[in-house]
Amino acid sequence: MKKLVLVITVLFLSVSMSAQKKKKNAKVSFDVDGVCMMCKNRIEKAALNSKGVKYALWNVKTHQLNLIIDERKTDAATVQQNIANVGHDTDAFKAPKEVYDNLHGCCKYRDEEIQNDHKKEKQ
Amino acid sequence: MKNNLLVSIFILMSSMSFSQETFKGMIMDKNNPKDNLGVYGASVYWLNTNVGVTTNEKGWFTIPYKSNYKKLVVSFVGYKTDTITINNLKPIHHFITESNTLKEVSVNAKKSATQKSYLQAQNLVTINSEELLKAACCNLSESFETNPSIDVNFSDALTGTKQIQMLGLTSPYLLITQENIPSIRGAAQAFGLTFTPGTWVESIQITKGAGSVINGFESISGQINAELVKPSRDHKFFLNAYGALGGRLELNTHFNQKVSDKWQTGIYVHGNHRGEKFDKNNDGFLDNPLSKQINVMNRWQYTDAEKGWVSFINFHYLDDDKQVGQIGFNPDTDKGSTTIWGSEIKSKRFETSAKLGYVFPDLPFQSMGLQAAYSNHKQDSYFGLREYDIEHQSFYSNFLFNSIIGDTRHKFKTGLSFTYDKYDEMVKTTPQVNDYNRNETSVGAFFEYAYDNSDDISVTAGIRVDNHNLLGTFLTPRLHVRYSPWEKGVFRTSVGRGKRSANIFAENQQLFASSRQINIGNANGKIYGLDPEVAWNYGVSFLQGYKLFGRKGDVTFDFYRTNFDNQVVVDWENPQEISFYNLDGKSVANSFQVELNQNIIPFFNTRFSYKYYDVNTDFKSGNAAKALQAKHRFFANVSYETSKQENDAHWKFDVTYNWIGKQRLPNTSQNPIQYQLSEYSNSYNLLNAQITKVFSKKFEIYAGAENITNYKQKNPILASDDPFGSSFDTTIVYAPIFGSNFYTGLRFKID
Repeated sequence: MKKLVLVITVLFLSVSMSAQKKKKNAKVSFDVDGVCMMCKNRIEKAALNSKGVKYALWNVKTHQLNLIIDERKTDAATVQQNIANVGHDTDAFKAPKEVYDNLHGCCKYRDEEIQNDHKKEKQ
Repeated sequence: MKNNLLVSIFILMSSMSFSQETFKGMIMDKNNPKDNLGVYGASVYWLNTNVGVTTNEKGWFTIPYKSNYKKLVVSFVGYKTDTITINNLKPIHHFITESNTLKEVSVNAKKSATQKSYLQAQNLVTINSEELLKAACCNLSESFETNPSIDVNFSDALTGTKQIQMLGLTSPYLLITQENIPSIRGAAQAFGLTFTPGTWVESIQITKGAGSVINGFESISGQINAELVKPSRDHKFFLNAYGALGGRLELNTHFNQKVSDKWQTGIYVHGNHRGEKFDKNNDGFLDNPLSKQINVMNRWQYTDAEKGWVSFINFHYLDDDKQVGQIGFNPDTDKGSTTIWGSEIKSKRFETSAKLGYVFPDLPFQSMGLQAAYSNHKQDSYFGLREYDIEHQSFYSNFLFNSIIGDTRHKFKTGLSFTYDKYDEMVKTTPQVNDYNRNETSVGAFFEYAYDNSDDISVTAGIRVDNHNLLGTFLTPRLHVRYSPWEKGVFRTSVGRGKRSANIFAENQQLFASSRQINIGNANGKIYGLDPEVAWNYGVSFLQGYKLFGRKGDVTFDFYRTNFDNQVVVDWENPQEISFYNLDGKSVANSFQVELNQNIIPFFNTRFSYKYYDVNTDFKSGNAAKALQAKHRFFANVSYETSKQENDAHWKFDVTYNWIGKQRLPNTSQNPIQYQLSEYSNSYNLLNAQITKVFSKKFEIYAGAENITNYKQKNPILASDDPFGSSFDTTIVYAPIFGSNFYTGLRFKID
C-alpha cells in the first residue's frame, strides 16, 4: 500500500513537472529590427496585442525585445509573426513589403541611409 | 594604507603593461536621448583601480581592459555617478542622469523644476528640489510659494503660521502624506507643516482633486506627498544655515553613511530659533512668536537589488516651543495673569515608520509593500486664561500588492489597511473644563485598476471599503480619466468621494486666542456630538504643451467643484462666538485656474496664473462666501539662471509676485464701534525675490527678500488694547503682519 502511494505520488509529481514546462511567466527575448522611438512604440504595442504576452520592452540601441509570456497561450514564433505583420523584421519572419512601405519615413530600418542617420544622431 | 598604495600602484603598472585589450563605449545625457548627444569630459574608470579616462567631444571613450575589471564607474559634474557591471567587450552606450533628476516624466532640453505630467490619469504636479530652493526658507509650509496650485494663507495674528489651501479648501481637506504615509492630520493639523524642515524634502507631488484610494478615504480636495531625502541619494554631508533680519535663525545638517553593502543610514538635524522681540505695528503684541525647535530624524535604508528587497526605517523626534502675546509677557511670572496676555504652545512629537518593499525578480511588473507607522503628538498650550492640551497617538499600516491583468496595459493595486487613532483633549475656557477623548479604529480594503494604452488613454478607477467605529461602514469610489486627442494636449477628468471626522479644536486652534465663546451644536453625532464630513469632488482640466518661436510653453485650465453632503460648519459670523454645527443646506467650493508656463530664452522661465474661487456655505445666518478667502488671485514667477561654468559656478534669480483680491471679513457688526471691521479687506500685492550664487558643486550662498513692498495688515488683533475684554480676537488675518523681511543663508555639501 505504502509503495503504491509512493508510486502514485512520484507519477503525479512527474506529470505536474512536465506540465510546468509550459511556464506561466516565461522570459523570452529576441532581436527585432527597428531604429527609433516610434518603432519602439509600434513593436511593444504589437507584442502586447498578441494574446498571452504580459510584458514587452524593446531596446532601441541593442534592438533586443524582452518579453514575459504565458507559454500556455502563445509562443515566441506567434509574437514574431505579429510583429512582422506591423512592419518589423525578426530573424524568423520578414515584414510584408506593403506594410513596411507604409511605415513612417523615420522608421525605414532596412534603408542603410536611415540607419546611418540614426547612428549619426547618436554621435 | 601603505599596502593599499602599493597594491594600487602594482595594479596600475600591471594594467599598463598588459593592456592590449581595450573597452569602448559612449556616455550620453539621459535628458537628451532624442539627439543622443555624447557627454564630453565625463570621467570613466574601473572601480578600485587608478585606470581612468575621459570621454572625447563625441562622448566616446576607450579604456584599457582586463578580465578582472568588472565594475566601470562613470561620473560627470552635475550628474549622478553610475557603476556599471561589464561582462563582455561589447561597446556600451550609457546614459547618465542629472543628480537632481527624479522620476522622469518628460524628455526636455532643460528639465523644468516643476513638472506637469502628460501621461498620468491624475492631475499631478511634481515639484523637485530645484524648485524647492526657490523659496529658501524653511519648512514644508513655505515650500509652495512658487506653486500656484496651492495658496498660502495666515492662520492667525499671533503665531504667523502659514496655512495652505487647495481648490479653496484648507489643509484638513487635503491628505498630506510623507512618503505615502499619512502624516499631517489630527493633532498635527495646525502646525504639522512647520515640523518638516525644507532641506529634508526631496520632492513634492501634488494631486488635484479626488486622488487615489490607496492612502485612505480622508482626502477631499487633493493629496500632497512629500518625498524625503534618502541616505542613498543625499549628500554625504550637507549643511544649511539661514538667518533673517526678522530674527529667525535656522540650521540644518545631514550626515549620510554607507554602513554595509546593503544598508545606508542618514541623520538629519534641524534647529531653529527666534529670540528677538518685534512689535512693528505698535499694538503691544509680538508680531512673530519667540520660538525654538529641535528636530531630529534618523533613516535607515536597505537595498538588495538582486533579490528585489527594499526597506526604509525612520525615527523622528521633534520638540517645538512658541511664545506669543504681549511684549512684556514673561511666562515664568505672568502665566495665568489677568492683566498681561500671553500664550505658550509646546509640541512634542515622536514618530517611527517602517517600509518593506519586494519586487518579484522575474516579474518586473509585480511587487508588494508593507508600511507601518506610529506617532505620538502632544501639544500643551495656553492662550491667556484659556488652555488647550491634546495628545494624539496614531498607528497606521497598509499592505499593498501590485500586478497586472493579462498584460502591462492593465495594472492593479490592491491591499488592506488598518488605522488606529487615540485622542485625548482638554479644553479649558474658564470656568469650564471639558475633556474630549475618543478612539478611532478603521479597517479597510482597496482595489485600484489602471488602464494605460501607452498612447492616448489612461484610466484609474479605485474603490475602497472601510469599517470605522465612528464613521460606519462605507465605500469610497474614485475615478480618473486622461485622454490625449493630439500631441501634448491632455484632457483629464476626475470624480471621487471623501469622508472624515473633523477635529474641531485642533484644526481651528486660533479660536483660543480670542474671547469667542465656543458653541458646539449637539446633533447626537459621535465626534464632539457632530457627524462626519462627506464630500464629492469633481474636476476637469486641460493641458496643452506648445512651442512658440521655438520656445517651450504650456497652458493649463482647471475647474474643480467640491460638494459637501455634510460639513462641520465653522461659523465665525458672530464676533463673540465660534460655532460648530452640522451643515443644513449646501456648501460648495468652486475653483477655476488658468496657468501659463513659458520659456523665454534658455534658462529664463516665466509662470503666470489666475485663480477664481467661489466658496460658499449655508450658515445659520444665511448663505455667505467663505470668510478670509479671496475670490480672485493672480500669481507670477520669473526665474533666470546664468549658464554654468566648468566648476558648476552660476547665478540664480527668482522673483514671485502675488496679487490677492479683496476678502470677505467675518461679521463684526455686533462689536463696539471701535472694534468693527469693514465688510471686505483691501486687495494687496506681495513681492518676493531671491538670488543664489553657486560657487561650486560644494558651496553656495543665497539672499532674499520677502514682502518687498512692505504690505502689512493694519490692526491684525481686534481689541489688542483690551485682551481680556469680550471683543479680543486674533483670528481675522488676511495679510502679512510683519512687513518686509530680508534673509541670507548658505549651503555646503560634500559627496
